[in-house]
Amino acid sequence: MEKKSLKGWLYLLPALAFLAVFMIYPLFDVLVYSVEEGYNSASQTSFGIGLYNYAYVLHDPYFIQALKNTFILVIITVPLSTGIALLISVGLNSITKLKELFQTVFFLPYVTNTLAVGLVFMILFKKTAYSDGLVNLLIQSFGGTSVDFIDGPYWAKMFVLCFYTVWVVMPFKILILTSALASVNPDYYKAAKVDGASRWRIFMKITLPMIAPMLFYLIITGFIGAFKAYSDAVALFGTDLNAAGMNTIVGYVYDMLYGTGGGYPSYASAAALILFAIVLTITCINLLISRKSTTF
Amino acid sequence: MTTNSEYMKIEKARRRNDRIRTVVTYVLLGFWALIVLFPFYWMLLTSVKSYSAYNGEYIPQFFTTSPTMENYTEAFTAVPLARYFTNTIIFTLSTTAIMLAVIVLAAFAFARLKFAGRDMTFGMFLSLMMIPNELVIITNFVTITNWGMRNTFWGLILPSVTSIFYIYLLKENFEQIPDELYKAAKVDGTSDFKYLWKVMIPICSPTIVTITILKIIECWNSYVWPRLITDKQEYFLVSNGIQTIRESGFGRENIPAMMAAVVVISIPLIILFLIFHKKIMAGVSRGGTKG
Repeated sequence: MEKKSLKGWLYLLPALAFLAVFMIYPLFDVLVYSVEEGYNSASQTSFGIGLYNYAYVLHDPYFIQALKNTFILVIITVPLSTGIALLISVGLNSITKLKELFQTVFFLPYVTNTLAVGLVFMILFKKTAYSDGLVNLLIQSFGGTSVDFIDGPYWAKMFVLCFYTVWVVMPFKILILTSALASVNPDYYKAAKVDGASRWRIFMKITLPMIAPMLFYLIITGFIGAFKAYSDAVALFGTDLNAAGMNTIVGYVYDMLYGTGGGYPSYASAAALILFAIVLTITCINLLISRKSTTF
Repeated sequence: MTTNSEYMKIEKARRRNDRIRTVVTYVLLGFWALIVLFPFYWMLLTSVKSYSAYNGEYIPQFFTTSPTMENYTEAFTAVPLARYFTNTIIFTLSTTAIMLAVIVLAAFAFARLKFAGRDMTFGMFLSLMMIPNELVIITNFVTITNWGMRNTFWGLILPSVTSIFYIYLLKENFEQIPDELYKAAKVDGTSDFKYLWKVMIPICSPTIVTITILKIIECWNSYVWPRLITDKQEYFLVSNGIQTIRESGFGRENIPAMMAAVVVISIPLIILFLIFHKKIMAGVSRGGTKG
């Protein structure tokens, strides 16, 4: 028996070793970093233990800006992308011709490099000396006035960021919702039709409750994903997000760690833990709501 | 008679409504397809416009009559694009290969071997799935820096060679193989490792292929960790390369050359997707998330 146990652990050893070094130890270490005051990464010394790092981060205008940006992004993109994805999935489910082609096309953004395609979005929205950019010309042709979406006013930059985020997260949501819709037992629909229920009623009373668990799964993962937004913003506005005023919480963590304003692992840790606390709270609230609304 | 004609009328109206609904559906789907595909079309189109033609167009043209390949030459000569490309291939293949070895062994231990503390360890693994990468990346950065592994391939690869989620996925798959096979192999005197290699891996190869493809996509697109750990161009991956190109590459304004670089780094994954789209989509809907 002893020998058998040893063998099991031996097979598990590589995974355990990597997890211990790169996941379990860092988990404790990040807590330690976040309470070490005045930590100096060169001499590896600190003044003492306390909550100063948290106070610093919470009073840092850059962090407040990042917090604000992230919350706006989350509040706009999560409902919007879930709603559009639901609409598209219902559409996809009602057709037979070209269905597979549409599904494949809609999934394409999932496999593309966020940074690379972000560059294309930047070019489409940017106003340069040579050209106003395609989107602005489109706006002008409808009688609007052009605006620089990349270096211009805050709302314009936020619009592009939300638009690109929705574009990036859509494939996953459409995929999940389409398969959830397809798995609803068709007998329910037949029975409802015999009873003469209207399409809207069928959707509200049968489809929606049946796919509710998947919908909540998407909303929860959507919230988590949107709170961690970072590379989309980098793709559109460049690495110096603070200068653009478009930083996100994750961006703030990385900027504190490394880069022009970097070298402060303590502040980075405090900010990362604040983010974790926010995400955990929101996820718990989401779970509570979904428990209450999906009772079978 | 009257009831019949009324019935016809209702039937006609219903059919017309259905047709309108179908048209609206196709228009909606077509519109979203356009939004998805347009950026790809635009990067391809811009990448074959000549520099002077692109900058001469105040109103961008939707097609070009004189496509040129000069931007691609420019992309490969003005910036070390080939270097970024090779680095990404080395990084992607080594990470995926090492990860496969690690997760296959772990999944085998969880699914097939019996040992003290197995279920408890598996429970701990599952609870670790909730830990976001952002929380551990700070210490990993310090660890790799202390080990002197910045600007090395090992520094890039090591932190991403385990995935609890893929261990979980593979374990579930391994467990579906009937016990009888294992017992028969044991009677024949087959060692555990040989059984894993000759029986379990071939049977579960569809899942392993899916995991491989998903990991390749993840590696190819990874940006944050490579950016933290490399600051020498010799070790840049394509994502960092594209960011450098954007910020200082072709003198900022050479957008056609930028787009050529974007096309070059997007193509491998798009080809992979076109070949394996069914597998990729099935794999992601089984529980993958973005990134």
